[in-house]
Amino acid sequence: MKKHLLSAGDLSRDDAELILQTAEELRSLADRPIKKLPALRGRTIVNLFFEDSTRTRISFEAAAKRLSADVINFSAKGSSLSKGESLKDTALTLEAMGADAVVVRHWASGAPHLLANAGWSRSSVINAGDGTHEHPTQALLDAFTMWRHLGDLDGRRIAIVGDVLHSRVARSNALLLRTLGAEVTLVAPPTLLPYGVDGWGVETSYDLDGVLPKTDVVMMLRVQRERMNAAFFPTVREYSRRYGLDGRRMANLQDHTIVMHPGPMIRGMELTADVADSERSVIVEQVTNGVAVRMAVLYLLLGGSEPALGGAEPFETPRPSAPQGPLAPGGEE
Amino acid sequence: MTDYLIRNARILGGEPTDLLVKGGVIDRIGDGLTAEGAEIIEADGLIALPGLVDLHTHLREPGREDAETVDTGTLAAALGGFTAVHAMANTDPVADTAGVVEQVWRLGREAGHCDVFPVGAVTVGLAGERLAELGAMADSAARVRVFSDDGKCVSDAVLMRRALEYVKAFEGVVAQHAQEPRLTEDAQMNEGELSGRLGLRGWPAVAEEAIIARDCLLAAHVDSRLHVCHVSTAGSVEIVREAKNKGWPVTAEACPHHLLLTDELAATYDPIYKVNPPLRSATDVEALRVGLADGTIDVVATDHAPHPHEDKDCEWQAAAFGMLGLETALSIVQKAMVDTGLLDWAGVAERMSAKPAEIGRLAGHGRPLAAGEPANLVLYDPEVTRVVDPTETASLSRNTPYAGMELPGRVVSTFLRGKPTVLDGKPA
Amino acid sequence: MSPTHSEAHSEAPSADAAAGPQPAATGRTVLDARDVSRALTRISHEILERNRGSSDLVLLGIPTRGVHLAERVAAKISEVEGNAIPVGSLDVTMYRDDLRMRPARTLMRTDVPTEGIDGRVVVLVDDVLFSGRTIRAALDAMNDLGRPQAVRLAVLVDRGHRELPIRADFVGKNLPTSLVEKVSVHLAEFDDEDSVAISTSATDEGVAN
Repeated sequence: MKKHLLSAGDLSRDDAELILQTAEELRSLADRPIKKLPALRGRTIVNLFFEDSTRTRISFEAAAKRLSADVINFSAKGSSLSKGESLKDTALTLEAMGADAVVVRHWASGAPHLLANAGWSRSSVINAGDGTHEHPTQALLDAFTMWRHLGDLDGRRIAIVGDVLHSRVARSNALLLRTLGAEVTLVAPPTLLPYGVDGWGVETSYDLDGVLPKTDVVMMLRVQRERMNAAFFPTVREYSRRYGLDGRRMANLQDHTIVMHPGPMIRGMELTADVADSERSVIVEQVTNGVAVRMAVLYLLLGGSEPALGGAEPFETPRPSAPQGPLAPGGEE
Repeated sequence: MTDYLIRNARILGGEPTDLLVKGGVIDRIGDGLTAEGAEIIEADGLIALPGLVDLHTHLREPGREDAETVDTGTLAAALGGFTAVHAMANTDPVADTAGVVEQVWRLGREAGHCDVFPVGAVTVGLAGERLAELGAMADSAARVRVFSDDGKCVSDAVLMRRALEYVKAFEGVVAQHAQEPRLTEDAQMNEGELSGRLGLRGWPAVAEEAIIARDCLLAAHVDSRLHVCHVSTAGSVEIVREAKNKGWPVTAEACPHHLLLTDELAATYDPIYKVNPPLRSATDVEALRVGLADGTIDVVATDHAPHPHEDKDCEWQAAAFGMLGLETALSIVQKAMVDTGLLDWAGVAERMSAKPAEIGRLAGHGRPLAAGEPANLVLYDPEVTRVVDPTETASLSRNTPYAGMELPGRVVSTFLRGKPTVLDGKPA
Repeated sequence: MSPTHSEAHSEAPSADAAAGPQPAATGRTVLDARDVSRALTRISHEILERNRGSSDLVLLGIPTRGVHLAERVAAKISEVEGNAIPVGSLDVTMYRDDLRMRPARTLMRTDVPTEGIDGRVVVLVDDVLFSGRTIRAALDAMNDLGRPQAVRLAVLVDRGHRELPIRADFVGKNLPTSLVEKVSVHLAEFDDEDSVAISTSATDEGVAN
């Protein structure tokens, strides 16, 4: 049984579909007079956020509270200079408080992995975004949104456009969408595609206009202006000209194609205002879906005597298995 | 001083024979020796090697005595079969003056577990701006011959040229930590498919290879010795091979961990595997082994890098770079090179004793095991296996990547100028 | 996305015959297809009689088979009365009192008709009434949906062994059983045919419910 949700790659197709189906049932809760279900009564969920993120934190908080769980918010600003002592000591404190689950967002890739495996606490760990590594619940809510609009995702073409190199959303989406049978194309200037991306099982393209007419979903990623100073692209103007989604490009999309963005978006950089406000844009709906999906994840992990995820093996193991040479590294057991 | 009669040792893996150690030298070698008043050391089945010489160790003193001291570090060295270590200069204060190198040298003598040859910094404070007083360090009691900014790269081409030229005056050698700083800003692990997946910033092979290529050309141009620290990529091996083919004055070292471990281990996010240069791919490991076997890589050096617990018990990005290496080096070399048939024990003696001593211009070390030579030797049992226990170490730190791993062989005894520093696997 | 996914639902007595479509039951058949039909017709009339007509009626079936039964009863009532009766489903998973005793269960469909339940007469419909805990969970679930004027309970089979003070208002068949026996309800929408059978099971699944 999988106790943690650390990576979208950990979810088998059955797991992913179970989460989406459960989210579908829970979504209707928003229409009821009493927006509460008793399933997680008496459970304590801690939001452990080492990076600012009001939206994700509020989304998890709403999800937990709607399931009647007790929520504790812990916001620790750690600079890249401060050591993980704060992570370890915080984990020990939460264990002493009896947290059932820890939702963690951290600037260091792998921090949730460490929390889950270092033996500091017995809580379930849910990755709410770690460095440039993954953001599994974002991918789940994105897939849920796509599924609600397009139905079964088998064979659907999804374009993910923007700063893939620094995007944990892109990584999680690439993994999850593949698991669900979709075809993913990453579109970015060559400087913003990770080295070795050919091994991810996705297509890549530097040409946005060539990709758009064939897609069913266009997902635009955040691009930070500061990347310009590290020579990832010469100017904001050139970036948005070549990789921004504007009204002209939007007109080339198929009728059913939807436009998504994980937020927060920079109008004028990756999207123009007319695209963001158009009917194709499901950006606001993504937020609503976020609560339902997070409720589903929390319920499936904590609602019973043991988690309901992880019955079957994922059909692909994205991580390498046993290392050469030494035995299985310490920290796993 | 006690005399020792070592019986039935297999010198460089050869036939069993006896050695008589008397007055700090090897007095006699032959079969069936007797010696009155000598302590008998039964070495049945043990390999006898000349005392190992490490060209690259971090003893951390002065400044980071919480991680290691000269005393604990050299004891770990002796337990690993070393009779001499070169202590890198990235201490606090940096070893960039005669005063600091003499202090480290003296601490080594006081501890008495093995000889310590301090490495002098190339630039003041390792800042890469101006040359340190290399001459003063060479003339000091520590008689520094190896200079290195290890930890940092001497990336300024002009400064590297000057350093190479300057050390010729006293037969010095510049040991470069090859890492182009701009290409590796905040780099965490080998740049490859895995680094992209894991969200850890990549350390591309080209950042090492580009510097090595430049420095080989510089060394040839000014006709001065260059030593390349911790070669880690197949491409680097190629460049060094080419340089040697041209007869250029280049030597290179490889670390035990780069001969065995790959970057796949980073997938655990356990910073015990975080090291600089990083663990690379299986192809690189293979190329290093072949290079070490054919002599392109001249020596094995440990880059023993102790760190206190809190510097490794945290998330990857926050953790320090480095692994322990002194006590496991010989076992790793046996596993990676001898047991695979790539190198014999004579080759091990060359790579881990004779050649490093030559590069460091050490008089009494790396000498063959022959009558009249200083009695610096190690007795090693290649037949046993042991499971590495990170708590069983003379080092103050515990950051070994081999914890729980079964490794072949064990150092039984180490002799420093005829005096045992280690007997039966324990400090003497 | 069908309920075959949830094998964890199987210990509820209303799904004594597990959640998946079942082959023809072993053991003895106590109700065949025509018996089931007659029982549902009688229940439909009893509901109308008690309610003095169909105004303000809402039928909520408890998944899985309770929903099909509710739809059939709603159809029969509509036939008699000439107007459509609101019918929906009410998943009680989250309100079960044994939630923490098993791994988290798959949720079923909750589909409340647009008219809602406030001020209405809600008739809960389920296939088997056993310990009463499922119905108690249904009452808790409805509490969060609104305030009915009244709640009534219609079941196809009442097999006794109540553990809570719950009783059915409309019963298709009273079936005294022993605790080692298993009641299997099959419905054509889901299984091969309509039938109710009793068999002796080796293990006691779902006794608590």
